[in-house]
Amino acid sequence: MCLSVPSQVVSIHDDASVTVDTMGVKRRVSSHLMSEPLAIGDYVLIHIGFVMNKIDHDDAQQSLALYQEIVASMNEHGE
Amino acid sequence: MLDANKTIQLSHGGGGKEMDQLIKSLFFKAFDNPILRAEEDAAKLQLSGPVAFTTDSFTVSPLFFAGGNIGKLAIAGTVNDLAMMGAQPEYLSCSFIIEEGFSIANLKIIVESMAEELQQSGARIVCGDTKVVPRGCADGLFINTTGIGRIIMPNISTKNLSADDVIIVSRDIGRHGAAILMAREGLELESDLTSDCASLWPMVEQLIAANIPIHAMRDATRGGLAAVLNEWAKASNVGINLIEKEIPIADEVKGLCELFGFEAHDLANEGTFVIALPREAADGAVEILQRYGHCEKACIIGNVVETHLGKVVLTTPWGSHRYLDLPQGELLPRIC
Amino acid sequence: MQLTDLYQGFRDPATIHSLATEIKKLASGLDTDVNIMEVCGGHTHTIMKYGLLQLLPENIKFIHGPGCPVCVMPKERIDHAIALANQPNVILVSLGDMIRVPGSTGSLANHRAKGCDIRPIYDPLDTLKIAEDNPNKTVIFFAIGFETSTPMTAALIEQAEQQGVNNLLFHINHVLVPPAIDAVMAEKNAKVNAFIGPAHVSVISGAKIYQAAVDQYSTPVVVSGFEPVDVMQSILSIVKQKSANEAKLEVQYTRSVTFDGNVHAQQLVNRYFELRDEFRWRGLGPIAKSALKLKDEFIQRDAEHHFKSVLPTEPIDDHKACQCGDILRGLASPKECKVFGRGCSPQTPLGSCMVSSEGACNAYYRYGEIPHA
Repeated sequence: MCLSVPSQVVSIHDDASVTVDTMGVKRRVSSHLMSEPLAIGDYVLIHIGFVMNKIDHDDAQQSLALYQEIVASMNEHGE
Repeated sequence: MLDANKTIQLSHGGGGKEMDQLIKSLFFKAFDNPILRAEEDAAKLQLSGPVAFTTDSFTVSPLFFAGGNIGKLAIAGTVNDLAMMGAQPEYLSCSFIIEEGFSIANLKIIVESMAEELQQSGARIVCGDTKVVPRGCADGLFINTTGIGRIIMPNISTKNLSADDVIIVSRDIGRHGAAILMAREGLELESDLTSDCASLWPMVEQLIAANIPIHAMRDATRGGLAAVLNEWAKASNVGINLIEKEIPIADEVKGLCELFGFEAHDLANEGTFVIALPREAADGAVEILQRYGHCEKACIIGNVVETHLGKVVLTTPWGSHRYLDLPQGELLPRIC
Repeated sequence: MQLTDLYQGFRDPATIHSLATEIKKLASGLDTDVNIMEVCGGHTHTIMKYGLLQLLPENIKFIHGPGCPVCVMPKERIDHAIALANQPNVILVSLGDMIRVPGSTGSLANHRAKGCDIRPIYDPLDTLKIAEDNPNKTVIFFAIGFETSTPMTAALIEQAEQQGVNNLLFHINHVLVPPAIDAVMAEKNAKVNAFIGPAHVSVISGAKIYQAAVDQYSTPVVVSGFEPVDVMQSILSIVKQKSANEAKLEVQYTRSVTFDGNVHAQQLVNRYFELRDEFRWRGLGPIAKSALKLKDEFIQRDAEHHFKSVLPTEPIDDHKACQCGDILRGLASPKECKVFGRGCSPQTPLGSCMVSSEGACNAYYRYGEIPHA
């Protein structure tokens, strides 16, 4: 049931819905649960046809950078 | 003349003038060849040597999907069953069961697709049947095709895998199942994805001509890659190892799988096939396949072993292993 | 950043290996086992599908939790759905896996084959269209799910109210995670000493809902994302807390989870739902204040009220051989169940843990581990 994967907003409609793209597959989903407006290019999580939240872009990038550091330090220590 | 604005009536299956008109102006015109033109009760064929014989009924819903329709599928499906046996597809029969009220314009599009698809392999429809059933007794259109062809490369069998073999796939997997899922009403998705529906004989012909020693060959239809490989593992009593990161999957298929919780290796293909063959012949086979337009992703995806007999094991990119089992239950009904 | 980075970055094999190495190092200094319960079925799925157990040391064990809304649905509630579907002029609408769960007279799928109008959907808002297209029928939405899915049902109710779609009723089975955690910990044999908190429940509810469990049971709770790197990093955080003898609430899934969550969605839920006194959970038994029902002012949309006379009330026990109860309570693993793979399979499920794609038994069956080749 919890098949929420990150998607990107590609267009905004005027009936509280947006079109999102998930790896080339586009669907129209409801933005009813969002109090802040969405913008094209936002990364969001979708669950059963609704946008649940906006993904914190910067936070994700920081996480990915942290992982690269972990890998680098492991390699240095020959692990 | 058949009016494309009209619909099929019960009389079109009645055996009288209307049926004759339907058959002549639509079916015979599209599938024209001397045997058909002879209009006998049965087609007279000259066959010698071992022959492959197959049949398939097509009930796909919806009838039209990205990359094809039920007609193209009906031809490619039967042609491929023959090709996978190393047989040259030669003669097909074709039976239509049409629901009263079906659009003649749509029937024309479907029949023309079939004619076009036949040209890919050179096979010919030499006999057929037409029935019209009352509204509600069929879902638009059902097609059955039966095919015959001379076996050119014998000894291709699910029981022939051996321990030094590798597994090749001809292209990216899961497209047909994904395309059908998308086309189903109520899902409202947009994507550039198309079904892989295609006749495979031209590729197989090239492999045979190059004397590639094929042990087993199969198009990965219902049940996808997982079904074929599990069948082979059991029939040949071997184990199969698959390297997950080598398996080609298009981004759009991956996206659909993420969205709906499917695995690409469980989704049907209608123009993608797998081969089991000796390791030393594999690179040559891949090279031949890559020369074909939609086979540029052909590659080796695994190998045959003498451990975990009857099972298929997938190695993930993280180095962990898991069984790749047969898909359970009706993942997607009526995909072919 | 590309959309694909949001996947691939969190599935990077080198990162997973590095985290596994660090986990092994730290865990070797612990003197007791770490028994982690991943509450959410989606996490069970990740662990099994990516073979993460094979990367962890022996003293880190997983106990699978009751976070699968289909798995915790007792048979009598499924029988409710079947009773409703068999009423004249009713269309029963439900999400995905529910259709195949066996009740006492078969599943909804079996009844659909016998002629009931039962429609599985992916998106609750489709129910609105079904109700509009069938004004002379009563459309009943069989609502299931944890905190992740409840706002979607609330949004559906709101649309139905606003658009005056009055032939749409609801059978509410929404359940809550914290009471389930309490029920697991109340079990006297409970071995769980750490939790991986659900990913998407937390997106909606915020991490705040687990603070009470941390305080009451002195167990670490780390809220994790669904990707294998997320889960490994969360395990590392748990091991670090154990090494320092700590018990804290942490969020690993910071790119999507905040302490407060989606407040707007929470408000929507509070507008239409309130707590039920008690709800019987499969395997866990009756738990007070663990599920929701429609508020009284919306009683006209409550299918349990309208159809009270035809809904069965007797609690129904599971198949004798089925061990879903113990598995959901974290007392047994799927492989310890005598009928696992012998009579109980995804095609012929005896219990919900096998039917649902989030069920522990289903995950074990599909991704059955094997030793390193």
